[in-house]
Amino acid sequence: MYLGKRVNRLMVRKRSARLPIPRFGLWLFPLLFLLAFFFYPLSKILRLTFDADVFTAPENLQIAYRVTLFTFYQAGLSTLLTFFLGIPASILFSRFNFFGKPFLRALTAIPFMLPTVVVAAAFNSALSILDLQLAPLTLILLAHVFYNTTIVVRMVGGALASLDPKLEQAARSLGANSLRVWREVTFPLLRPALVAAILLVFLFDFTSFGVILLLGGGKLATLEVEIYLRVLKLPNLPLAAWLALLQLIFTLLISFLYSKINAKITTQTAPRFATARPPQTFREKIFVAAFALLLAAFFIAPLLSLPIRSFARLEADRGDRAEVRVGLTADYYKELFVNRRGSLFYVPPVQAAINSLSIAAATVLFSLTLGFPVALALSRPTRLEKILDPLIMLPLGASAVMLGLGLIVAYGRALASPIFIPIAHTLIALPFVVRALQPAIAAIPERLRQAATVLGASPFRVWQTIDLPILRRAVLTAATFAFTISLGEFGATLLLSRPELPTIPVAIARFLAQPGGLNYGQAMALSTILMALTILCILFIEKDNHA
Amino acid sequence: MLELKNISKQYAGQPLLENISFKVKENETVCLLGASGSGKSTLLKLIAGLEHPDAGSLLFNRVDLAHTPPHLRDFGLVFQDYGLFPHLDIFANVAFGLRMKNKPLPEIKQSVTELLAQVNLTGFENRKVTDLSGGEQQRVALARALAPNPRLLMFDEPLGALDKNLKADLLNELRAILRKTKTPTLYVTHDQEEAFALADRILLLHEGKIIRAGTPEEIWQNPLSSFAAKFFGVGNVIVGRVRAEGKRLKAETDFGTFDLKCGSKHAKAELVNLLMKQTSVAGAEIKLKVEDLLFMKDQFQVKSRGAVFLVKEKPKLGQTIQLRVKVECLHENPEEES
Repeated sequence: MYLGKRVNRLMVRKRSARLPIPRFGLWLFPLLFLLAFFFYPLSKILRLTFDADVFTAPENLQIAYRVTLFTFYQAGLSTLLTFFLGIPASILFSRFNFFGKPFLRALTAIPFMLPTVVVAAAFNSALSILDLQLAPLTLILLAHVFYNTTIVVRMVGGALASLDPKLEQAARSLGANSLRVWREVTFPLLRPALVAAILLVFLFDFTSFGVILLLGGGKLATLEVEIYLRVLKLPNLPLAAWLALLQLIFTLLISFLYSKINAKITTQTAPRFATARPPQTFREKIFVAAFALLLAAFFIAPLLSLPIRSFARLEADRGDRAEVRVGLTADYYKELFVNRRGSLFYVPPVQAAINSLSIAAATVLFSLTLGFPVALALSRPTRLEKILDPLIMLPLGASAVMLGLGLIVAYGRALASPIFIPIAHTLIALPFVVRALQPAIAAIPERLRQAATVLGASPFRVWQTIDLPILRRAVLTAATFAFTISLGEFGATLLLSRPELPTIPVAIARFLAQPGGLNYGQAMALSTILMALTILCILFIEKDNHA
Repeated sequence: MLELKNISKQYAGQPLLENISFKVKENETVCLLGASGSGKSTLLKLIAGLEHPDAGSLLFNRVDLAHTPPHLRDFGLVFQDYGLFPHLDIFANVAFGLRMKNKPLPEIKQSVTELLAQVNLTGFENRKVTDLSGGEQQRVALARALAPNPRLLMFDEPLGALDKNLKADLLNELRAILRKTKTPTLYVTHDQEEAFALADRILLLHEGKIIRAGTPEEIWQNPLSSFAAKFFGVGNVIVGRVRAEGKRLKAETDFGTFDLKCGSKHAKAELVNLLMKQTSVAGAEIKLKVEDLLFMKDQFQVKSRGAVFLVKEKPKLGQTIQLRVKVECLHENPEEES
């Protein structure tokens, strides 16, 4: 009897050790944050569009129609091309082992994590070195393929690798030739992953901003770019809001379809099979060798030409008349520290790096403070969490430019103090931070906490001695995610930043928009620095995940 | 029918199968028996054409199959974990092979109904694969393999994932079906009881080689090697040292000294592997001390000096008992200790 009571008391204490703070307290600040900086601005955007004149003005309808059409056109084309490269790449990675495979796989994964500004600058540098002229649309499509191929490789290649090889073998032994095996067995089983990957790639291409703005030559505008233009270049906030609404409807629709399909995939997850083997037949060897080389060339060229171009003088520093001294130079880096009169900024460009790092630090602070309680609540979900979870993820459905637009509409540009930039970044980073922390918190075995409790630890001491040390890794990963996202964020920052307070991506865009070799070189130098920083962060996250 | 000639296969630089040769005749069920990792599943895949041998040839009705792709070989294959198509219902799974042969739909329907009846799954046509139990799934896999009326049936540990009672039931059904279809069958397993229950002939695969082939009776009577003896659990394998006693050779062992009567020549003081079988009538008498005792339902297992014996009456621990044994030579000898 006595023992039973003791155990009962321990059970009660254990339960309180689960969540040291009431759920309400966990959710309060994150929800207030979202309310103030996401839902309220969203409502302001909607209010702007609740105006029959804005909605039905023929020129607005015309612009909306033209821009929407182009957005779908380029996204559709990009997706098609991405799969053109991605499907053979998936087969290559899931079915074959070959020399340099881990390196090549990592290589294809890097561009997705790179800021779009860096991707644009990298393609720019590759063209400059190869002395090639390509149509803006071609460049945009190539850049999209460049950073989205890894999605296909991960999702379709992953599904292909987890496909039980016995199914294909069974089909073959039952008399199906290769084509019928693919049509009757492989393809139907891959379909959910395939559709999910198509939707996701399409979504990223649909909301693409930096690449289109920087490689589009000023003529091509997607919804995202047009919204930006209507905020800063040809100010017309009601039209911008109307386009934002249109864009939101499309992105939410695609996201909704994606999450439906994705739920199907996760319920089908099978154990992984070791299906990869060295190529055996002559045809397999040719395919593996040729395609691996093609992939390597396509992915290495832009990544390598960026740093090279940042040290290579190929054109005159200012204007065409000056004498060109072609050769290696560190001038572009040196120039970053100089505050020239008549330069693009009122500060030396290196100040952009300091701004970026401070904003990224603030974003880490904000998103961890808000994300940790949410992840904690979500790790022991009740009915409340089922409702609130999608709410936290909702900003993912809104594009970056739209988040910036919302803040401007809601708080006015006069209010756009530097604090709004990390706030916008936090909105974007929060879902990632939560998703990085939540499984780690949920994965701590309850038994450890019980053991600590039975050994006499108070709920707070349990947290201090069990949860926190175990979570150190996940917290670092989440922080790095937030840091990387903030460093590379372009769309929202461009709308919110003041001229004298640029971030690295904003500075790169400005340098690229100006003529002259010195400006171009500085864009390359800053891009190289940003790329190096980002790759360092990726390595840190990867190392963390594999350790 | 099926004939393998000197088939060899390497895996990751290591020989997995070495010079495998055997035949499967009409109406015959051959069991390929071996521990896991002995290469038996690979051998099935080679025959099915899903993998290619490094050397050797494969013939069916004297036709070389080297250039026949798997889908034209007309061999049925049943996997251990079934390999049913998860995106198709039971009907479509069983009908798959018939559709590949472009049979007309009414014929397919009739065949599937008959096959499902044969494996006791009448009415399961529209069920989903995932709704079926393991035993039911294995029956579907069997029906699916039988449907296109293959020239050869192959089973890869088909009962390995099932529990004991279900295994016994399915084994009996399988025997009946195989007897009825008369299709030559190659059955791979690591379970000697399955092999004894099904096989007309057994091939024992060990370290990439067939070390014993024969009917179940032949193998049980004379396993030849100490590995086969241990694998089938035929008596105890013991070690003896050869000693000459006049003209006769004897072997000295932990259990006493026995006559060596195997015809083959042995040198004096040589170490030999011997198979010691318990017998009830003739044979040498030995005395042993009961070191360990295990209840085995209607008899008792006695352990002594590393060997195992069965007795009817319960002895006491430490007691000395008398038993009759027959001692035979095995074909290979242990390494001489230096």
